Amino acid sequence: MVAHLTSAKNLSVTLRVWRQPSTDEPGRFVDYAAKDLNPNMSFLEMLDVVNYGLEAKGEDPIAFAHDCREGICGTCSLVINGKPHGPHKGVATCQTYMRSFADGDVIVVEPFRAKPFPILKDLICNRSAFDAIQQAGGFITVRAGSACDANAIPVPKDGADLAMDAAQCIGCGACVAACKNASAMLFVSAKVGHLGLLPQGQAERDSRVLNMVAKMDELGFGNCTNQYECSAACPKLISQDFIARMNRDYIAASFRQAFKPKSNASSGGA
Amino acid sequence: MATLDSKIPSGPLADKWRKHKTDIKLVNPANKRKHHVVVVGAGLAGASSAASLADLGYQVTCIVFHDSPRRAHSIAAQGGINAAKNYQNDGDSVYRLFYDTIKGGDYRAREANVHRLAEVSVNIIDQCAALGVPFAREYGGLLANRSFGGAQVSRTFYARGQTGQQLLLGAYSSLSRCVGQGTVKLVTQNEMSDLVVVDGQAKGVITRDLVTGKLNRFAADAVILATGGYGNVFNLSTYARGSNVTASWRAYKRGACFANPCFTQIHPTCIPVSGDYQSKLTLMSESLRNDGRIWVPKNKADVKKAPADIAESDRDYFLERIYPSFGNLAPRDVASRAAKRMCDEGRGVGETGLGVYLDFAEAIQRYGKQAAARANLHDVSAAKVLELGEAAVAERYGNLFDIYKEITDESAYKQPMRIYPAVHYTMGGLWVDYNLMSNVPGLFVLGEANFSDHGANRLGASALMQGLADGFFVIPYTIGDYLAAQKPGSRPSADRAEFAAAEANVERLVKKLMAIKGKEPVAFYHKKLGKIMWNQCGMARTKEGLNQGIVDIQALKKDFWSNVNVPGSAENLNQALEKALRVADFIELGELMCRDALTREESCGGHFREEYQHADGECLRDDVNFAHVAAWEFQGEDKIPLRNIEPLNYETVKMSMRSYK
Repeated sequence: MVAHLTSAKNLSVTLRVWRQPSTDEPGRFVDYAAKDLNPNMSFLEMLDVVNYGLEAKGEDPIAFAHDCREGICGTCSLVINGKPHGPHKGVATCQTYMRSFADGDVIVVEPFRAKPFPILKDLICNRSAFDAIQQAGGFITVRAGSACDANAIPVPKDGADLAMDAAQCIGCGACVAACKNASAMLFVSAKVGHLGLLPQGQAERDSRVLNMVAKMDELGFGNCTNQYECSAACPKLISQDFIARMNRDYIAASFRQAFKPKSNASSGGA
Repeated sequence: MATLDSKIPSGPLADKWRKHKTDIKLVNPANKRKHHVVVVGAGLAGASSAASLADLGYQVTCIVFHDSPRRAHSIAAQGGINAAKNYQNDGDSVYRLFYDTIKGGDYRAREANVHRLAEVSVNIIDQCAALGVPFAREYGGLLANRSFGGAQVSRTFYARGQTGQQLLLGAYSSLSRCVGQGTVKLVTQNEMSDLVVVDGQAKGVITRDLVTGKLNRFAADAVILATGGYGNVFNLSTYARGSNVTASWRAYKRGACFANPCFTQIHPTCIPVSGDYQSKLTLMSESLRNDGRIWVPKNKADVKKAPADIAESDRDYFLERIYPSFGNLAPRDVASRAAKRMCDEGRGVGETGLGVYLDFAEAIQRYGKQAAARANLHDVSAAKVLELGEAAVAERYGNLFDIYKEITDESAYKQPMRIYPAVHYTMGGLWVDYNLMSNVPGLFVLGEANFSDHGANRLGASALMQGLADGFFVIPYTIGDYLAAQKPGSRPSADRAEFAAAEANVERLVKKLMAIKGKEPVAFYHKKLGKIMWNQCGMARTKEGLNQGIVDIQALKKDFWSNVNVPGSAENLNQALEKALRVADFIELGELMCRDALTREESCGGHFREEYQHADGECLRDDVNFAHVAAWEFQGEDKIPLRNIEPLNYETVKMSMRSYK
């Protein structure tokens, strides 16, 4: 089943990897030689090969986050030579191949660095802050069984397409890692934009943007200063336009909130 | 011997679920609050069940090994989700979806379960559209559909090539809402390491915290496993690297029967293997077969030629030739085997000879001409047609073409893709009754982790359907039938001896692995296991091969437990230890799969025994002796498990030779 591709020349590189035993211990760079690599290997497969060697010697392998290895689960991270998800636009680290590097390169590999993403070990950081933001408002409230027929709510194609552009976010955190302020605006605005563009998302549109932004601030993410490094680093190329859209939503929702008449309705009954 | 009562309701097929829902016991709202349900896994089935049960008022804890519930591998499903909406007016119906699924599964699934699946399929689309899943739309704003294998109607709903992602994020958003509201307690980075059985009933789980190594106890009134499939037993597959069988395997060792473990789906359209370092195979969605044509050269002499240099008359569009009525949309098992036969004949392409072409040239021309006509362009140049056609193909499949380019460095717009079958899904899983409860009372199994709906082969776009059906629309009803009989407040304490014993069991296993300090990394054993499984229990199986496989796996197991090297400590984040614990279970599962394949002396769906085939190479089923579910029961370490049987009674459909010709 397995055969080697013979068409391309193998390469050797030096990895300069961030090693940190745990959150509270200091980290440092350690160099590893990765030799005779097939250029068709993915970057993560290259790390597998290095780890195989380390494990065979009884050494602690380099811890890195990964799962689907096809660019959709958002688990992989890594800052490669200073860039989140490596040198190419629009792909995740797992979709980066060794053919992107030259024989003899020194490749610096670091974790995503941001205060709300504490490092757990080596190249793995904790991104549960993203889940907390979703839990604050990144949803449409529908109990199972209470939905109307799907075609009862037509959604114009252009709106649906734009919503899908935003909905593609894989929650990897590269936007935060790329931002000098560690801002999560692109991530939050992608969800606010996705749901706010759909008719189904209107009932909770105001509370969603207000609650998600409040949670984002509370968790220590920085502010957006419009440099758009987030969009450039995004493996799904989500546009910074969604940040502008969210800002408009936020302002409108804040005004409506301030002047909202309060209902006297109570939920009691006979 | 286990009791396997399928609890299929009586009465006409189409009325069974409706009748069952009215007969089933209910738990009153005040009592729901007192019951605690542990859900393991947060893919489509896990997240949707956790959210639905929390909305009903149960206390729910959802446990995942990922750092976030949004990482579950449902996210990687590309093509779509089936539903019998008949929005296309092309003759679809609940019965037709039911029938296609039963036939697609080669008459090895339960009629009643599959009919229920088809019935609730329409509710799933409603639910997901309401949750804001951005399904593809037509210009009028209504939902769009496409076709998938094994069906002659267009019933597949989709969100570009990322349908699984969008559906999972929909289920995840419901789960997140519940976590935010405090109705679901979310526990991340914890792997279920054992099931706790008290007085014969599932009453909790032991987990290992993957960051601290600490073992945790969770007591529950009922346990739901939604932990996915076990295709990583083959090492190379389209599964995520973390996907594993451990939760199911622990349940198996605590008495839950493992049904039809040998039923594995080999997906025909994956990017071929290129090297020994490879960690994963990447799927090219079945939706590509809507427009792509699969072929190999007619003559062996042409296999090394560039595809463009092979004349049209020298190409063998073998699926269109062998299966004229379904053509390139033949079901996965059929298409995979046909591709294998072509390569076995020496007509495979690519460097390894293990590949066939998936060609879009015809589709690009067709769409290009259509686009030119729509734009009122006359006398357009061939280059313009090509440009318009490539744009139209990009709109449909652009992200898949991009993935192909990233991996192979080739453009599928300019030359055909090379594809080859790869392990993609497992139809087998823990045995469940009609209520989705295993033979261990209180243990429910949902989604890919159970065995119930896909028989010996799953049709495309049906996995997403099943995951959400189980979680949103089945378990909310059926769990009540069990919990209504459990006295509220009778949940055993996590301090009981059964919990302590299960925890000690996990601790012992971890210590044992850490103490070996042998020579070989865990990956060495996973690769070896994968090769044995692919060669002996893969696309074509024989008695001799399977017997050899069992011998080889037993030897591998022995070597693993004496020679594996797990570096580091068990008291912190240790990925080598995580892998070792999972591979240890995969090795044992591999043996069970071979045993199951060996005893099933017929060919059906994804299970192809070379001894049992028609003259044209199609599956030769044996309905007299094998129209049953084989549910294996653990008998103790290194003892041969017991093969229980649940007969499949077909009340509505007549079992017949499955033909796509």
